[in-house]
Amino acid sequence: MLTAVEGLVAELRQVGVPVPVSAVVDAAQAMTRIDVLDRGAVRVALRAVLVKDAGHLTTFDTVFDTFFALQGQPGEVEEADRGPVGGDDGTETYGDGHGDGGGRGGAPRGLQHLDDDALRDLLVQSLRDEDATLLRALARVLVDRHAAVNPARPQDVGYNLYRALRMIDSSEIVARLAAAADPGPGGEGVPSEVAVLAAEARVQALGLALETEIRRRLVVDRGADDVARTLRTPLPENMAFLGASALHVAAMRSVLRPLARSLAARMAEQRRKHRRGALDVRRTVRRAMSTGGVPVTPVFRRPHPAKPQLVVLADISGSVSTFATFTLQLIHALRSEFTSIRSFAFVDGIEEVTDLIDRAEDPTEIARLLNEAGAGVWLDGRSDYGNALSGFAERWASQLTRRTTVLVLGDARGNGHDPQVDALATVRRSAGAVHWLNPEPRDSWNTGDSDIGRYAAHCDTVVECRTLRDLRGFTERLAAPGAVVAPGVQPAAEGVGQRRHDHGDGHHHHHH
Amino acid sequence: MSQTPVETPPVLSSPEAVADALRAAGYLPDETIAGTVHLAAALEKPVLVEGPAGTGKTELAKSIALATGARLIRLQCYEGLDEAKALYEWDYRKQLLRIQAGGTGGSGTEGWEDVEGDIFSEHYLLRRPLLEAIRAEDDVVLLIDEVDRLDVETEALLLEVLSDYQVSIPELGTVTARRRPLVFLTSNNSRELSEALKRRCLFLHVDYPSPQREREIVLARVPGFSDKLAGQVANSVAALRQMDLKKRPSVSETIDWARTLQLLGVTEVDGDALLRHLHVLLKHQSDIETARTRLTR
Repeated sequence: MLTAVEGLVAELRQVGVPVPVSAVVDAAQAMTRIDVLDRGAVRVALRAVLVKDAGHLTTFDTVFDTFFALQGQPGEVEEADRGPVGGDDGTETYGDGHGDGGGRGGAPRGLQHLDDDALRDLLVQSLRDEDATLLRALARVLVDRHAAVNPARPQDVGYNLYRALRMIDSSEIVARLAAAADPGPGGEGVPSEVAVLAAEARVQALGLALETEIRRRLVVDRGADDVARTLRTPLPENMAFLGASALHVAAMRSVLRPLARSLAARMAEQRRKHRRGALDVRRTVRRAMSTGGVPVTPVFRRPHPAKPQLVVLADISGSVSTFATFTLQLIHALRSEFTSIRSFAFVDGIEEVTDLIDRAEDPTEIARLLNEAGAGVWLDGRSDYGNALSGFAERWASQLTRRTTVLVLGDARGNGHDPQVDALATVRRSAGAVHWLNPEPRDSWNTGDSDIGRYAAHCDTVVECRTLRDLRGFTERLAAPGAVVAPGVQPAAEGVGQRRHDHGDGHHHHHH
Repeated sequence: MSQTPVETPPVLSSPEAVADALRAAGYLPDETIAGTVHLAAALEKPVLVEGPAGTGKTELAKSIALATGARLIRLQCYEGLDEAKALYEWDYRKQLLRIQAGGTGGSGTEGWEDVEGDIFSEHYLLRRPLLEAIRAEDDVVLLIDEVDRLDVETEALLLEVLSDYQVSIPELGTVTARRRPLVFLTSNNSRELSEALKRRCLFLHVDYPSPQREREIVLARVPGFSDKLAGQVANSVAALRQMDLKKRPSVSETIDWARTLQLLGVTEVDGDALLRHLHVLLKHQSDIETARTRLTR
């Protein structure tokens, strides 16, 4: 038991969930106070003790399933007719997964003989009644039949899951669930939107059950440590923007909104707290009159710290578009922290997209809107920083003031075009500050066609912004009261020169 | 950890017992909630309850108090809450009176030491919720509500109380709890709490309940509500939560809606009824618009 807890803790730390030593001690103590044979109780206890952040719960559940998959699951009715529990199913050879189910280990026998339609009926029933035991048993049969789990390729979990869900036709299940909940007005058989949405919510449980089952099989075959290593996914806030898979992007999107909310709350709080200014003599004296001339409560002036005006230039070409849209989303979600935000999108041409982004009711729509408008594409759709920057300098530089902060988002890879560094110099002369956010790791700056070093000479700071965590850090410094110009990052010139030294473990912290 | 042997009240001795007791008190816990409360009692650690607003975080603490027959002491946090409001304060008016009384008392034999020793005794101490919970002779449940509203500096105040169940008063020394109270902290996660605080607590995330559980909650909370209607209500709310809203309807809003339906004598919830009552469930005009367009298409 304690070995499993240790493995679990090690894996959590590996993924990036901070687990202090005291929590491990608590975990060991908790194990003495609960029924350790009850897997559910163990999960609840470890979760309460080891996890301290709601954003880490999903990660914990995945890791827990990996390390505690082999523990018995008492109280499962279907286990009774299964013969020897656990261990036997992993040794099966998994073929194309289209067998009739007879004779394969793993799934309860009673269910093996049912055809897919009957299984669907049972699935609908289990989802409707929230019968977790039945659902788990069904997941076994489904994974047996359709998932085609190949223990030699554990990285395929996503594909296995997709395949099982497609074979059982999850949209059909949604439709049936909806129909069962609501036969439609007058029994026409058309379920209302409400019923469909509610059904979709319930079917999520099916996906989870299948995934757990697939992972369980892999663990039986390969051992927890191995599976954990192969399936390790970083926390969403530590995923790199560049080269993020669709799954990663979805995970990052799900944490973006809470992140923006907490960031906004924090900034607002800082602004409130820093508002104490110099002593206001006149009002202090006035107030002292009520206490017989003794200035009991001094009154301070309230300075109004200037909020920065932002101009964002975002490279939205394919390679860095994820980064650009996430940054635009985050910045626009924080619009109350800035006086004004103007956004420009470029690939090889540049155009203003402020209206477009403001029109997006939901920040997650930004990416779609930009695509539909075909913003920023002038010629061939390959980044041309030189042309984009000179276009900006020509048309908009005159509107910049000393209170404007310009952010450039991009990898500075101009595909061999003339970087036109002078254009950036013009922009900097008119603006208060220019910051460049580069989603590439520092190691690859100035390699190949990257012109970041040449642009850096005309930027106040150049910031490595590989993950949401980096982005959050930068945004927070940018909007901090008083930090109209330099948000406390090293000056660009030094930054570029010394960057190879301070790049340590792949995760970079900027000093304040 | 503590010198006194740990004696857990029988209602908290196992997750099942906790679940039963809570159910009897009108709160329907899931496995996670019951298990975490049991663990908190067993390990004598505070519980940090986090989750969206209106999912019954405060209600949990109240129900535990009810179930264990303990007194509930509540500290409502807000920005600017300080030591004097959270821990203790000297009753300076009373102290002033005492000094004046001593001065005019006549004899003049009373030395300053006596007066000082006297006015800094417990008699002149105003107990605020935290000290009250520590000093309590009877069983108490301490609820520190919306701890995320506290300033970061004030948060440190709680650390001593939460880890050692004691309060240090310079003039009196350290006051230690006679019996460790069960402590609940709730947070809406409007800001990150400090690591030090999180480390001292068990973490409990209370999310929106599953439709099945929500149906039971409605039945338990709204007496005389029909089983079928409760199921429809729970389903409709689950559907609304699937939408992309600013503020999703919480359990308290579900219950409000159920009460409304009961008052109006509605026996069947369909799309139209939901549309008519959207303003009970959703609190933002833009959310109502979103839901309306989604539901009428």
